[in-house]
Parts: sequence; C-alpha cells; structure tokens
Amino acid sequence: MRKNRLSINRRRLLQGAAAAGLVFTTPKGARAKGGTVNFYNWDTYIGETTLEDFTKATGIEVNYDLFASNDELFAKLRNGNPGYDLIVPSNDYVERMIEADMLMPLDHARLPNMKNLDPAFLDPAHDPGRRYTIPYFWGTVGIGYRKSAVDGVPDSWAYLYSSDKYAGRIALLGEAGTVFQMALKLMGKSINDWSDENIAAAEKMILAQKERITAFAPDNGQDLLLAGEVDLAQEWNGDIQQAMDEDDDISYVVPKEGGLLWEDDLAIPKGAPNPDGAHEMINFLLDAEVAAANADYVYYATPNKAARALLGPEYNENPVIFPSEDVLRKCEVSLYPGQEVMSKIDAAWTRIKAAG
Amino acid sequence: MESYRRNFRAFLAFFTPSFAWLVLFFFVPLAIIWLYSFGENETITKIRVTWTLDNYRRLLEPEIVSLFWRSVWLSVLSTAICIVIAYPIAMVIATAKPKWKPWLLLVIILPFWTNLLIRTYALLNILGTRGRLNDLLHWLWSMGDGALAALGLGDLQLLGERFVPVKFLGEPAGVMIGLIYVYLPFAVLPIYASLERLDRSYLEASLDLGASQWRTFRQILLPLSSGGINTAMVITFIPMLGSFLIPDLLGRGQVDMIANVIERQFKSGNDWPFGSALSLFLLYVTFILLALQSFAAMRQRRREEARG
Repeated sequence: MRKNRLSINRRRLLQGAAAAGLVFTTPKGARAKGGTVNFYNWDTYIGETTLEDFTKATGIEVNYDLFASNDELFAKLRNGNPGYDLIVPSNDYVERMIEADMLMPLDHARLPNMKNLDPAFLDPAHDPGRRYTIPYFWGTVGIGYRKSAVDGVPDSWAYLYSSDKYAGRIALLGEAGTVFQMALKLMGKSINDWSDENIAAAEKMILAQKERITAFAPDNGQDLLLAGEVDLAQEWNGDIQQAMDEDDDISYVVPKEGGLLWEDDLAIPKGAPNPDGAHEMINFLLDAEVAAANADYVYYATPNKAARALLGPEYNENPVIFPSEDVLRKCEVSLYPGQEVMSKIDAAWTRIKAAG
Repeated sequence: MESYRRNFRAFLAFFTPSFAWLVLFFFVPLAIIWLYSFGENETITKIRVTWTLDNYRRLLEPEIVSLFWRSVWLSVLSTAICIVIAYPIAMVIATAKPKWKPWLLLVIILPFWTNLLIRTYALLNILGTRGRLNDLLHWLWSMGDGALAALGLGDLQLLGERFVPVKFLGEPAGVMIGLIYVYLPFAVLPIYASLERLDRSYLEASLDLGASQWRTFRQILLPLSSGGINTAMVITFIPMLGSFLIPDLLGRGQVDMIANVIERQFKSGNDWPFGSALSLFLLYVTFILLALQSFAAMRQRRREEARG
C-alpha cells in the first residue's frame, strides 16, 4: 500500500511533473516492433532512465501516466480499461481486481527473469502462484518521528492510539482501513480479523483519541513532520525515508506490536491493447541490473534477489527499507475483506469524522 | 425576441451544439447518478438498479445528519462573514472615481487567476502553528509583553508566560478562513453590481431630508441593494456547502464536510449508490435554495412595482 508522493516535496514534484508530461519516443526505424506500452504507475516510482532504456532495448515506446492512490486506479478501471497495458496496484487491491475479474493471467514462459525473484515472494496469499502479478516493491507502515522531540524510540502504537503523552503532536493516516488495522495490532489482534466487536473496539479507541490527534493526513504526514506541525506520524516507510533525506532529526520505527506489510505489484489489466509489450516490460523490469538501478533510485525494498546482490550495504542494510527479521515476523499483509466489511469500516470512519 | 421563429435554421445551428453538449455531458451523467442512487452493489464493480430506497434512508443516519449539519453551519457562518466583509469593499469600489474602478475590480478578481489548489496550499503555509499568521501573532505578543514589562507589569504575565501558537488548521476556524477567503469575490461582485445600478438621488434625498448616515444606510441603501445581497448569499453559500478541497486540506481530516463523505463513497468506500444518493441530496438542497432565492427576488420586484 504505497501512497501518493506527489504532494509537497519540491524536488520530487518537479521530477514528477516532467515525467507526467513526457512520452518517450524513439527514431522511426526502431519502431518496427512492439508498438506502444501504456504504463500507469505511481509518481516517482521508476528509475530515471528505465523507460528510455526499455525503449532502446526493445523498440517499444512507453506512454507513461501517473496515479496518486489505489482508489484512483481502481475507480479508473472499474467500468472498463480505458487503454492501459501495465498497472501497479497494491496487494489488497490486487485481490479486489482479481475478484472483479479485472486482471489478465500472466504467461510465465515469457517472463524468464522471474528466476531473479526472491522465492519468498512467489506464492503470496493475495495472488497464489503469481498467476496475475509480479512483485515490484514492498514496504511497511510504521511511525516516523522527530528524534529531539520524543523520549527514546516511540516503538508502540500506544503512543499514537491510546496515550496522551504526545497529545496534539500526532498524525494518523487519512485512510480508514490502515488506521483501523493498526488499532487492531495494538489490541493484539490480526489486522485481517474484521469481526464486528473488533471494528467497534477500534472505533472506540480512535474516537477517544481523536482530540489528541492533530491530523488525519491524507498524503502528507512526512510534510507535517518536516514542518514541525507534528512529532509522530503514522506513515509509509518510503515517505519517511524521503523526509530523513531532508532532515537528520527524523527517524522511523516499526512498532513492537508490528505494522502493516504492503507490496505493490505489476499487473496487466483485462482489455490491455498490448499485452505482449506489457510482458516484455515486466520481464525487462525483472532484469537484475535494471531492477538494481530502479531500486537504487526509488529506494523501496525490491523483491529481486539478483538485484539486491548488485547493491551495496547502504541499501541492503538500511533499517528503514529492510526491517529486522524480528519486526518483520510481527508485520502482517492486509487481505481484502469484501465489500460488506468495507462498508462497515467506512461507516465507522464516518462516525469518527462526524464526532467532535 | 421572436426572431428565432423567423430564422429557425440559424437558431438551430446555434442551439444544437450547446444543447447536445448539455445532454451528453450533463443530463446523461446526472441521469446515471440518479439511477445509481436507487441501486445496490451486486459485486465489487457492478451496480444493480433495484429501486431500493435504502441509500436515501441512510441519509438519516446520525453521523450523516451531523456531518451535514456541520456543513450547513460552517457555510452559513462563513457566508454571513463574507457578506459583512464584502459590503464595504463593494461600496468603496462603487463610489470610487471611474478611472479607479477597473483596477479595484481587478484586485478582487486577481486571486481567481491562481488555481484553487495552490491558493489553499498557500493558506496551509499561512495558518500552520509555525505559519506566517502565528509569526505575526507572536510578534504582537512580544510587543505587548514588552510594553507591559516597560510599565512594570512584567511579573504579572498578563499575556501568559510564553507565546502559545493559535491552532487554525484542523479546527473549524481554519476551514472557515479558507471558505471566506476563496468565496469573498463571489460576494463582492453582485453587491457591487447592485450598488452601481442604484440611483444616487435616493441617498441624497434621504440625507437632505435630515436622515442620519446610519438611517440612510439602513432604510435606503440596504433595501435597495438587497437583490445583490441575496445573490451574493446564494452564490457563496451553495459552493461552500459542497466544498471538498478546503475542509480536506485545512481541516486535516478533523473537520470533514459532507462532500468529503461523498468523495469517500466513490473511492475508498467503493459505494457508488450511496455516494449518488448523497450527491443528489446536496443537489436537491441547492435547488430548494435557488427556488427560495428567486421567490424572494420576485416578491421584491413586485413590491418595487407596487411602490412606484
């Protein structure tokens, strides 16, 4: 469940704007084969020259377009594919899309570079046997914090959900599902245990804490942290990594109760005009060197084992990108709970929003 | 005005494209939303129209009612403040020398040339606890504190021991500042138009006959410009009621309005039928307000005709 990074970061914003307006073209001669691949991706989520290199290597042009949230991606494809060949949904949206019959099965014979993947990623719960998707990057949701403003390491969700220690200096995410799931974690429950009692208990907990929460940040927890508006922010690890690049006083921790483990996948939506080209693109992205350059720029965790072997300790031993085995064991992957539960969560969320 | 009958073909040539546009991009989508509002989610992506009234029944759930109520009072209050601020501005422009008028109007319209999103982000910068407005308040506090110290009252800490920044963001106050800032021009322009049209001799007569400035304002100016005030109220209140971006950014998820709930139904909630019912409800409220406004305008016209 990676999220919008388009918001405030000046440097990245400019890069994104440039990429959004760009269609990579090649000389006429190279066009003979393959045509165009319409790639729909998150902002700043690909290496700087990866698309150009792909066009050079295969003669296939790339039409690159950006989305800012899984909801936007889903809403756009919901009533039929408007012409995308390759998309990057997060794991629980992959499940939704499989259930709604929106994805095309992959032809593994045309993806020989799958051998580069870490075997641990080959049979996930959200897509058994990798029939529809290839893992792109993965990460966690934890707590980003300002070191000088907190006592020690705030390594529990309790600081955000039930304690008044940092009242008025807390940001939670703006998205109901994840906010509820981390409350479940604090209660010692599985994040996929959506019983009515659990939803009610989580709702009660968040309602009681609402006064002490500064913001339900839709896409800018790291900016609030940087601006000093909050000192603790529930956030995606990559966003905090970015903030850490700009400010040494910021750090990241996955709480001892465990956090959310997310994965973004490459998938081909049904109705794609160029599934052949999309397969070639996926295989290209799985290439060890391409994936290594990509990961080195994007700075999220790559599931590509061969690529990691090419990267130094600065990347491989970065605790923000790769949490320790202990922490990882306590993290959980979110599963799509079905529309009925989604509606219950949304209703509870609306009640929280309406209060006060 | 009957010329369209005589020149029917020309009329058709002009009318058809705009009518087709309206049908295709307004009435058809609206009809689809209307149908959805009587539908149920069959699967994740399929909606079946079953003519159920459940989506409308859900509008009565307490959290929806209270979010709607919050939208209404925030908008009513912001509209009222907007009018109070806009009236003197409109008066200044209307009474300014003719060569100044276009420039003053330009100053009012100028912010429109910047995208709403960028203006709202600018407000984030101004209203934050470490924002410009709090810098200003901090400076005023130091001045006040210094003055008190100079008077020998420093030990009493009348202004507090240290400056505590005012929290605007994530509070109704911040959202209201945003709403007023963005919709102020909508209030100034119609009031200005009505003041500009106004026959000045009424004011002169009132003052000549011995009425005070205040009485002239209350009994002559205000009634004569009430048409403009009415219009200003309607065209500020309606977009405020449905505003989404301002509560989203300035409210920081703590001051959601009804449009934020609608947005969520079409995205993370994935409940388009309920979202459709919510947005149609907002549309009906708007219609009723417009009807009331034109009714009021009609009554006033009749009164004016009766008077003279």
